[in-house]
Amino acid sequence: MSMKITDLSMSYGKAKIIQDINLEIAEGELVALLGPSGSGKTTLLRLIAGLETPDSGNIMIDGLDATKWSVGKRKVGFVFQHYALFKHMTIFDNIAFGLRVRPKKLRPPKEAIEQKVMELLQLVQLDELASRYPAQLSGGQRQRVALARALAVEPKILLLDEPFGALDAKVRQELRKWLRRLHEHLHVTSIFVTHDQEEALEVADKVVVMNHGRIEQIGSPIEVYNHPVNQFVFSFLGRVNLFRGRFQHADSASSVGYIRPHDVMLSHEPRNESDMKVIIKHITQVGPLVRLEAEDAEAKNAIEVEMSIQQFKELNFSVGETVFANLEHIKVFQNA
Amino acid sequence: MKGKVLLISISLLFIALFLLFPLLVVFSEALKQGIDVYIAAITEPDALAAIRLTLITSLFVIPINTLFGLMAAWAIAKFNFWGKSFLISLIDLPFAISPVISGLIFVLLFGSAGFLAPLLDDLHIKIVFAVPGIILATLFVTFPFVARELIPLMQSQGTAEEEAALSLGASGWKTFIKVTLPNIKWGLLYGVILCNARAMGEFGAVSVVSGHIRGLTNTLPLHVEILYNEYSFVAAFAVASLLTLLAIITLILKSLMELRFDRHRSENQIKEGESV
Repeated sequence: MSMKITDLSMSYGKAKIIQDINLEIAEGELVALLGPSGSGKTTLLRLIAGLETPDSGNIMIDGLDATKWSVGKRKVGFVFQHYALFKHMTIFDNIAFGLRVRPKKLRPPKEAIEQKVMELLQLVQLDELASRYPAQLSGGQRQRVALARALAVEPKILLLDEPFGALDAKVRQELRKWLRRLHEHLHVTSIFVTHDQEEALEVADKVVVMNHGRIEQIGSPIEVYNHPVNQFVFSFLGRVNLFRGRFQHADSASSVGYIRPHDVMLSHEPRNESDMKVIIKHITQVGPLVRLEAEDAEAKNAIEVEMSIQQFKELNFSVGETVFANLEHIKVFQNA
Repeated sequence: MKGKVLLISISLLFIALFLLFPLLVVFSEALKQGIDVYIAAITEPDALAAIRLTLITSLFVIPINTLFGLMAAWAIAKFNFWGKSFLISLIDLPFAISPVISGLIFVLLFGSAGFLAPLLDDLHIKIVFAVPGIILATLFVTFPFVARELIPLMQSQGTAEEEAALSLGASGWKTFIKVTLPNIKWGLLYGVILCNARAMGEFGAVSVVSGHIRGLTNTLPLHVEILYNEYSFVAAFAVASLLTLLAIITLILKSLMELRFDRHRSENQIKEGESV
């Protein structure tokens, strides 16, 4: 299903939650709505689902104006942040719910429902837990039940609100890959909300970066990471070093330079005259990366540098050493 | 340790003196002249009429207040609207004012010198000193029970499950029957039981609107009072023992309900705790 959102706005009292959102989503895309908390990403998802009503703007689904459609009519599958499983029903009944509540004419026969539910249980790898209750499941299992329940009604679009938000790091990793594979397999248009940039970059085809109810940038994970259009996107998508108006490329005092820690190159000898003299203060290893904290010898600003373990071993830096930082990958933004 | 024993002893003594002792007195007075007199007292026509009227009253009051309590709790718990906190206070109004005043309100509204008297006279409808007045007064007094019980429960449960049901294509009615109702059933039953106990036992408001017409507008509590004022102590206590039995049954049901309700709630809390 394709979707086109035009000039969508919504306020709650005086607070503008969503402002002039324009967004197009093509059939079969896997889109991430990425932003800090309070950026309006969940509200946008709920607006798409029909769980909230916009103040102005339009939502077109497959070329039809769906702005005033009810939740049921939009044929969306919604996976809630805390799953919202029906506590008093078994896993089987939870998944069967959407099929069983259909009006008699549209309801599949009992055997067909049973078969469909078992298929879905297999898809989410929970076929043995059909007769359990939600309380007896782990977080990751509940998440998959919620997904199976949403898929049971064969939604035209799948909406996931912080799908992995409540899970621990390891389960998160596994489910991410699993969701990616599932999407390749089912090819249903999907939108998920996340505040975790890594998750968005790893899973989505298209990332929509949001802040203060507005869209800051739309693009592929590579585009938004490598070519952020503004300071917000740059700093939200990863770790950054920030330099204010006093470095090589700067035209004026109001400009700000951004560089990612892994783009800073350290060497024992200066490679060109613009290299910055820094003193290494701390060295820590974080998994496959070595993170160095250094201090600008003149301005006393802290700079963070990341490199691989191999690189670190080759260069052999030590704490207290004075080295040279190359900042040629710096990106400069003008402060408005 | 000493303090604990002392406190418990005082509490038990107090309960015995003020709760248990009167309870025993009711039954011993009722059975003072033997079981035959007791049975005669509760089966004479006026007593039976009072029992019938009490049952009729709660038969009307319970469904109506359950329905309105549910609707009010639903509106308050699941929607945001202007004047919501005012509505919550308004629901408590019957608790805040004396039942006698509640009864008087209806006399002033529907009585022969009342606000709506001309209209009611034309239509030949009699409300005050008749059964409709008793039902209305009881409705008013017992209105908060179901709503009060459900509002915090529904608020704590939020709307996620209902939204999930709607997004899966369920109609509003099916969502209510299959998702909301199972989640609130214990709280709802609890509210209904309390509402019933009060509806059957209400004295003040009903006393004002009833007119005390024997065999016609006397409920059980009013009948007890009349018998007592006529010095028919045994009969008064016999009828009173019926109300006392009702209270005891309500208490037992209430405790059972609380047990189920708490277990249900703590199960839910474990669920919440795990998912975070």
